[in-house]
Amino acid sequence: MNGRFLTFAFKDERTNTVEAIVAEFTLPKNSKIQPGKHFPAKDAKKPRTFRIYRWNPDDGQNPRIDTYEVDMAACGPMVLDALLKIKNEIDPTLTLRRSCREGICGSCAMNIDGTNTLACICAVDSVAKGDVKIYPLPHMPVVKDLVPDLTHFYAQFASIKPWMRTQSAAPDRERLQSPEDRKKLDGLYECILCACCSTSCPSYWWNGDRYLGPAILLQAYRWIVDSRDEDTGARLDDLEDPFKLYRCHTIMNCARTCPKGLNPAKAIAEIKKLMVERRV
Amino acid sequence: MSTNAKDLRHPLKRARGFGSAQSGVGHWWTQRVTAAALVLLGLWFVFTVLSLLHADYATAKAAVAKPWNALLLILFVVTMFWHAVLGLQVVIEDYVHTRWKEVVLLVAIKFLAVLGALAGVLAVLRIALGV
Repeated sequence: MNGRFLTFAFKDERTNTVEAIVAEFTLPKNSKIQPGKHFPAKDAKKPRTFRIYRWNPDDGQNPRIDTYEVDMAACGPMVLDALLKIKNEIDPTLTLRRSCREGICGSCAMNIDGTNTLACICAVDSVAKGDVKIYPLPHMPVVKDLVPDLTHFYAQFASIKPWMRTQSAAPDRERLQSPEDRKKLDGLYECILCACCSTSCPSYWWNGDRYLGPAILLQAYRWIVDSRDEDTGARLDDLEDPFKLYRCHTIMNCARTCPKGLNPAKAIAEIKKLMVERRV
Repeated sequence: MSTNAKDLRHPLKRARGFGSAQSGVGHWWTQRVTAAALVLLGLWFVFTVLSLLHADYATAKAAVAKPWNALLLILFVVTMFWHAVLGLQVVIEDYVHTRWKEVVLLVAIKFLAVLGALAGVLAVLRIALGV
């Protein structure tokens, strides 16, 4: 384990946390967040305060919250604009992932004002009042600052074999699909695997080692429902597991937080329906 | 959750784990079917109990002994314990992460559910059959 769990560290064997029969209720000592540095803005016309989670694996310190004041009169409208302004002009040590800056790559997924979303399509003004609080995605190991370790998440995606699996001979042209069947992929193919949904899901927090989580299950359904895929039964077989699939209790955090407006909970419900349908 | 520097195994090895347990849909479906049954049985149970308010012991005993009442009461007791044990199993799997506690609790609730259901059924039968 090379990172620090953010929020609730329920399964940390390293430290002496209070353990009830159910779970551990306090953060391990080395994950407790300390007060951080303050970077005031001088002569700002439209100042806005950002409180950002910082943790450096190399300095041996606990995580801390640094406070940055940014002049929004000289900054783009999105949270990512502000983060890059901080990194470029105030504190170059701030570490984050970003790439496309238009909500299609999923790199800048983080927890802003208590909700997982993409910094690039989240307007600073959407945080109505008070400071803009920014944390990495919840309950993932932190690599540094706002960068979570998504290794296991990506491995889980690979585990569902997310490509078209067929037995019939390859045709001379594309495998065709009716417009009606193509429509079934709407609301699924748009997923960019930013991990906002999975890291908002308590079941994924508590059992993420085995539970696939909303993002991966939505991706699994995307292939189950694809009219051209011929491995539907094997895909369902692979998911029929108390932990891989049935940890979902439909609390819908995934659908609420999805920055692309998708509904992973519905995709999971469809998988559960198919499980029953092929048996009852 | 994270990759351990000392762990030489590929992350995919961890993610795939033991593979699928090939079960789970039975549990899920049974939980829903028993829930649906409990809506009807629960309504009947509440109605029956309310109708016996202020009744004396002999009247209540006679009511339980009626064939339909005895049958529905047995159904209610069995379905309730069945549904309860399925639900408790989910809660334990969700939250209890110390392996030995998890296994002990999972076994214990099953014993207790069978014990409770059998005790309830036996009680109803004794009244219904007059033994």
